[in-house]
Formats: sequence, structure tokens, C-alpha cells
Amino acid sequence: MVRADFDRSLKDLLDNLMALGKMVEAAIIKSMAALHARDLQASFEVIDEDKQVNEKRFQLEEQCIDLIATQQPLAIDLRILLAVLHIAVELERMGDYAEGIGKVSLIVGEEPLSEMPPEMQEMADRGLDMLRRSLRALVDRDTDAASQVWKDDDAVDVLYNRLVKELLLDMARTPSWIERGTHLLWVAHDLERIADRATNIAERVMFLVTGKQMPQQWHAD
Amino acid sequence: MQVADPILQTKNLNVYYADKRVVTDVTLDIVRNRITAIIGPSGCGKSTLLRCFNRMNDLIPTARISGQVLFEGQDLYAPSVDPTEIRYQIGMVFQRPNPFPKSVFDNVAFGPRINGFKGNIDELVEQSLHRAALWDEVKDRLNSSALALSGGQQQRLCIARALAVQPRVILMDEPCSALDPIATLAIEELMRELSEEYSIVIVTHNMQQAARVSHFTAFLMADDTRIGHVVEYGESRQIFTNPQDERTEAYITGRFG
Repeated sequence: MVRADFDRSLKDLLDNLMALGKMVEAAIIKSMAALHARDLQASFEVIDEDKQVNEKRFQLEEQCIDLIATQQPLAIDLRILLAVLHIAVELERMGDYAEGIGKVSLIVGEEPLSEMPPEMQEMADRGLDMLRRSLRALVDRDTDAASQVWKDDDAVDVLYNRLVKELLLDMARTPSWIERGTHLLWVAHDLERIADRATNIAERVMFLVTGKQMPQQWHAD
Repeated sequence: MQVADPILQTKNLNVYYADKRVVTDVTLDIVRNRITAIIGPSGCGKSTLLRCFNRMNDLIPTARISGQVLFEGQDLYAPSVDPTEIRYQIGMVFQRPNPFPKSVFDNVAFGPRINGFKGNIDELVEQSLHRAALWDEVKDRLNSSALALSGGQQQRLCIARALAVQPRVILMDEPCSALDPIATLAIEELMRELSEEYSIVIVTHNMQQAARVSHFTAFLMADDTRIGHVVEYGESRQIFTNPQDERTEAYITGRFG
């Protein structure tokens, strides 16, 4: 092995990316739990902890820049670095959605939320599952798994559309509920975007493995 | 790779030094007015393959070939072909700059004079030095010894010397390996300019150079049974971002070789 040092650096880079993934996953779980339980302290923490997510993303970017400059990577190495750069941004944005849910929770305040629609937690759970599987697919360089994540977004979109309809109906029926309902619409949107970002990660996995940008072909499947 | 109207072609080319086969079954089309890089580990036969394109291997007594090398569709190794004539049309630039111990002017004028050039030799020398991006640096010292030039200038002088006999193809065997990075970039820049008029084939160990400068890349390898066979040939962009053969990938990412 001529390039053990570079391989160690790449492994370290992927470990850091996985660590960022774990941070974001934890932030999403915590933001939803806090919203549900009306735990303002926890919501505040989610907002505060997003700084660490941002820092980690910039650290990953620096690592990639160093490796590009010093190793002049080609082929699969080049694609790994590009994929990591891209995925780090996706994860950071997912962290922002968790922060956004935290902010909604603070705006809603200590008043009970009334009933939280069950679709909402289901969207969060599906998004989290897609996030975990997309990162697993990255580590395993598994295009089938990536493709499945990509396809699973449809189910989240269905939930989102149903949820939006319900919330709008609720607001129409009970005008005093409009403010609360609007906040929940934001949360629904954040959750929908989390799943979208997971599909973006899946696309990067596809590119990393095949060297091709191929969502169109996926559509054709 | 399918190439329409290639300038050079090999067909099932094998090269032997005595009993040892050092190029194995190479079928390759070289694209006109483009730069083709030949890469591969040491001893994979890439310089030998390059030298087949202007019959430089003829100078090695034990060397023989089977298969074909075609230049503009004509068999380069046909009995009627004069190898000296071929080397004017298909020039070569070597790893170490090798100017003659003569003046700058005489280095460039040497080939045309031998060829019995009847035109304006001053003009031809100036034009050749211009094309080799050397004119401005040497125009006031045309009568100084070529050996007083820097390494990068000497290499460009050798390119000017090759250009003076109005070649169609320029073969380059590691043309920058004895040069510093700035001189290397100057040669690479020059190659890109020249490729508008000439077809260039370059052998290089420097992967970044091949990626920067060439339009097409052929990856050669040696294994237990076959020295000097082509593993992959394609657009450089594709070879260096997404090679199709795992051996190419392993080589260009430094995992072997």
C-alpha cells in the first residue's frame, strides 16, 4: 500500500461525517420530543447545540480542502471528497431544520399544543430512518440501499400533503387555532425537507459509487 | 474507443526485444489534433509503444514487431517506407532536453537544411521558435550556444527543432520530468496550443500532468503473462474521474504501481 497515510485521512474524514450525522439525528429526535412534551429547556438546547453542528460541518470542509490540496485526489478518491463536502452541507441544513422546530416550540411557549397530529411524528421517524439508511449506504457504498432511500421519500410527501390538508381544515373550523396551526405547518415543512435532504445524500452515494449523476434514471425505474 | 479518422493506429501490435514480448496486442486509435497521454507503471511498455509510432525501435537490433502501425491509414512498417522520412513527419521530444552543441539558430535550422529546405530559413527558424513559445526569450541570442539555455528553454528548443521540419505528429517521452514546475507548466501550455495543429502523444509518469494536459488517456499495464497491454483507453476526463476498470482506478489513485 503506497498511500496508507491518505487512506487513514479518508477514514478519519468519513468517521467525522458519521459523527456529524449522529449529531443531526440526535438534534431532530430531541427537537420533536421537546415539541411534544412542551419542554422549552430542551428546545432551547437544540437551538444552542446547532452551533456545534455548524462547526463540525466547517471542520469537514477544511479537511476536504486540505486533502484536495495535498493529495490531488483522482477517480474514487476525488468522488469521495466531493460527496463528503456535499453531504456535510446536507446534514448541516438538516440540523437547521431541527433548530427551526426548536424555535417553533419556543414561540408556541408553555401552552399545551392540543393534539399533535400523528402524521407529524411519523414523518419525523421516517425522515430519521432515511437519514440513517442514507449514511449506512454511504459507508457500504450500497447503491440499492441508496436507491431505496430515494424512493421512500414519496411516502413522506404523501404524509406531508395529508397533514397540511388536515391542519388547514382544523384552522378553517377553529379560527382561534390558526396561529398554532401555522406553527405546526412550519414544523411539517421542516420534516418534509429533512426527508428531501436524505434523498440528496442518497444521490451523492449514487454518484460516489457510479461516478454518474443519475436521478433521471431512478425516475425511469 | 471508436475514433473517426484517426491519424495513427496500431492493430494487434506486439513488440519483442529478442524473445521477450514487451508490448502485447495493442489496438489503439490516436485522435487527430488532440493530445493523447499514455500512462502506466515503470516497465509497462509505454515508451516502447511510443517509439513504434516513428520506428525508433528500429534502432534497437533485437527489436521486432508483429501486427500493424498505420499512419494516415498507411502501414508505417511497409518495406517501401523510409524510417528517416517518417521521423520528420512524426517527431520526438525526449525526457532530457538534447539540443545539439550548436547555436540556437543552427539547432532549429539543422533538420530543414539536411532535408534540403529551399525556402527562407530565417523565417522558418523564427516561426518555429514562435510556435514553441521561445522566440521572445532567445531572439537576441540566436547565435549563442543552445547549451547556455535553461532546461525549460532547451526543451522548448527541442520542440522548435521538431516543429521546423513540419511534422504532423509530435511524440513526447516524459518531456517535463527533468524540468521545474514553472517550466513544466510552460511546456504543458505549449502542448495545448500545438494540439490545434498537431497530433501529440505523450508518455508521462505524472498523473496530474496527464489529467491537466491530455484529451485522451490510455492506461498500459504489465502482468505475469502480458507486458504492455492496454487496460483502458478513453477521454481523460472520464479516466481520471470515473475509470471503468478497477486496475485503472487502483493505479491512478496510487494503490499500486
